[in-house]
Amino acid sequence: MARLTINGKTHDVNVDPDTPLLWVIREQVGLTGTKYGCGVAQCGACTVHVDGEPMRSCSLPVSAVTPEQKITTIEGLSPDASHPLQKAWIAMDVPQCGYCQSGQLMVASALLAKTPKPTDDQIAEAMLNICRCGTYNRIKAGIKMAAGITG
Amino acid sequence: MTHLDTSRRRFMVGSAATLGGLSIGFHIPGGEAAAQTAGTPEINAWVVVKPDDTVVIRIARIDMGQGTVTGLAQLVAEELECDWAKVTTEYPTPGQNLARNRVWGNFQTAGSQGIRQSQDYVRKGGAAARMMLVEAAAKQWNVPAAECRVAKGVITHAASGRSTTYGKVADAAGKLEAPKEIPLKDPKTWTIAGKPMPRLDTADKVDGRKIFGADLVLPGMLNAAIKACPVFGGKLKGFDAAAVSGKPGIRKVVAVGDNAVAVIADTWWQAKTALDAVKIDWDNGPNADMSSEKTAAMLREGLEAKEAFVGNQAGDADAAIAAAAKKIEAVYSVPHQHHATMEPMNATARWATALDRVEVWCPTQNGESALATAAAASGLQPQQCEVYRIDLGGGFGRRATSHDYVRHAVLIAKEVPGTPVKLIWSREEDMLHGWYHPVTMCKLTGALDAQGNVTALKMRISGQSILAGVNPNALQNGRDPIAFQGLNPGGTEGRLGYAIPNLMIDHAMRNPAVPPGFWRGVNNNQNAIYLECFVDEMAHAAGQDALEFRRKMLGGSPKHLAVLNAVAEKGGWGKPAPAGVFRGLAQHMGYGSYVAACAEISVDAAGKLKVHRIVAATDCGHAVNPQQIAAQIEGSFVYGLSAALMQEITIKDGKVEQENFDSYPCMLLEDMPAVESIVMPSGDFWGGVGEPTIFVAAPAVLNAIFAATGKRIRDLPLNKHDLRKA
Ligand code: FES
Ligand code: FES
Repeated sequence: MARLTINGKTHDVNVDPDTPLLWVIREQVGLTGTKYGCGVAQCGACTVHVDGEPMRSCSLPVSAVTPEQKITTIEGLSPDASHPLQKAWIAMDVPQCGYCQSGQLMVASALLAKTPKPTDDQIAEAMLNICRCGTYNRIKAGIKMAAGITG
Repeated sequence: MTHLDTSRRRFMVGSAATLGGLSIGFHIPGGEAAAQTAGTPEINAWVVVKPDDTVVIRIARIDMGQGTVTGLAQLVAEELECDWAKVTTEYPTPGQNLARNRVWGNFQTAGSQGIRQSQDYVRKGGAAARMMLVEAAAKQWNVPAAECRVAKGVITHAASGRSTTYGKVADAAGKLEAPKEIPLKDPKTWTIAGKPMPRLDTADKVDGRKIFGADLVLPGMLNAAIKACPVFGGKLKGFDAAAVSGKPGIRKVVAVGDNAVAVIADTWWQAKTALDAVKIDWDNGPNADMSSEKTAAMLREGLEAKEAFVGNQAGDADAAIAAAAKKIEAVYSVPHQHHATMEPMNATARWATALDRVEVWCPTQNGESALATAAAASGLQPQQCEVYRIDLGGGFGRRATSHDYVRHAVLIAKEVPGTPVKLIWSREEDMLHGWYHPVTMCKLTGALDAQGNVTALKMRISGQSILAGVNPNALQNGRDPIAFQGLNPGGTEGRLGYAIPNLMIDHAMRNPAVPPGFWRGVNNNQNAIYLECFVDEMAHAAGQDALEFRRKMLGGSPKHLAVLNAVAEKGGWGKPAPAGVFRGLAQHMGYGSYVAACAEISVDAAGKLKVHRIVAATDCGHAVNPQQIAAQIEGSFVYGLSAALMQEITIKDGKVEQENFDSYPCMLLEDMPAVESIVMPSGDFWGGVGEPTIFVAAPAVLNAIFAATGKRIRDLPLNKHDLRKA
């Protein structure tokens, strides 16, 4: 049994304590915006925030999260897709297939929360998620748009 | 024209009503098709207009990120003259296509053909629907249709001051005969097509709402994980499930066909962890000692073999080489690569409890093939099967080459009739059971005369044939015609641009037992690397500028030349580059389009490569959505350069050695160059855009690396080489 606080709601789930947070979010809680890409902390598709920190949930056992810790998934990034990054993603048509984009947005939003005006180098250092469709330049442009950085 | 055959229209309504899956499917992908238009009669197969003026455009191809759905909708909407703000799309099912005598044509979305090979009939579908809507209004008003005007879905008759909307006359329009003559607009007058429209499918991709195949949840659904024999061609001897049977959530452990084991469980994580605990005994079979080294030896033998299939021949290359003032020779190689779609393979299947019907929900690049696979795997007739197509989390050819994952899902779900089972391959399973980019080598021999003109070129390709592996029926007397992509003597698909008087391009087919597949760009990728890098070698040997050297041979190929000139000019070829920065060029034609690139790179003292900027030009004939073409160009660089710089699938003991992204890395944002795209449609043909830029990605960068370091990288990937100055 584990108690989790996800997007402001409490969930009691009955799972093996070794189960990765990713699969609890997807299968027990039923939020499928957080994706499985590799399962070994390589791709970032599974990124969620735990107390504001971007975490690769595929490699985080559910037992490592306390009920007090606030988990935010892509579904909880904003109530109505109004986060500046979500708006920028739509304005710039960032996604191609879209499969990696939940993870990209969660990493980018954690970056902007700490560093509201990141430099190009800071963006490159933070954004280590794989996008097989190759949307990187639009991701970078989207972050800058959301941060109000011109040029 | 069968696709506008209105007599078949009623079939749609009838079949939709009887599709069992759709009753639960109204809120799920695949069921959407019937949900959106259920109860609303169509104007024709392509267009449904609802009473509230919403226009539903049916799309036969599929979106895997490349924007085809938006592009095709633009083409239909353009001719339909509807309000773009009211356009939505839906996928008809392969079962419906079968029942309606393929009214929507080919569902295959591969070979960069989604738009170019259906543009004519989808535009006619839109135009015919517009004509029928106008005629319906004219009939109501009792005026000649020719006196009516239409804009943004509003039909007006100026003389009588009347107007109506598409939604109001749709019912009547659907009952009219389809027009026989369907004139199309001059693309120069387009207002929706040809414009950088935002994609129709972005909003769901930024808030987690979008449901991929791997996300699907059906009522009562179980989950499955699978392991197939890791050695190609190996079989299942037996398994011992004692360690997991009776554990919470575990329903069944089953053999799948003759070479795999699956666990069916309440959740996927339970299935996957249980599968890891099942003891499986494999018969590794005849390929147990296969290795990349053995493949390389086989290919090297092919480089010198007497027999080979000829792809392009002119004059007498051997004689011209013997008489050359200068002879140049080089051997190149490109390894296997994996598609590594971001979303692993998956499919959900449900058998009817009477075992007389199977439904499948899956990401697929060819729903008709998925349907055929479901039928073959189930032993049922195709009419007893249905496939609901779901947008792909990446395709890149993998989900066009094989529907092995559909076969698995159908076989597994048969164990629990009436219950849907979602099968997801783990990333490891996905890596081990790909359909890999074919492995090839190429020996090139060039002859120069005293003035440095190319008098002869021999290009011996040795290696794997994709068609021999996936569709041997398509071989022509044993010859694989697509082995010569981009090197062909003529045709509209991929013609060699260079005029070389004595030429011999041939292919010694050597097929290791690694499944080959259509991998974004396909054989164009290595063919362009081989030729464009070797042309650079010849230019260097001739002491000539790489651009001028190419120009001399492209006089008879103005479109090849135009894209090359465009990148050279914008890329600053011939002008000083920033300190430490070096440039490389490449051009190629494939999938009907002409592409060129000029890359700017630097290599630091430690030998680290940085790609700073790439200027890319594409002449795809018609540009339906220029901002999406730019996205495809950028994505192509990521896909092509990831492969050239760091990706290699190697085989040891008959098995793929790379099992996840830690050993199969991909380019990241930090590796990304600035990309400047030049979309320059010349207007008299239709070419593809999803793949072509890949062809020039690697050779432009490799040629720039030579300029920077004096090193010719001839076997890929690049990370095997030390780029430090010697
Ligand atoms: S799924 Fe977690 S990092 Fe890839
Ligand atoms: S948008 Fe497809 S993987 Fe990133």
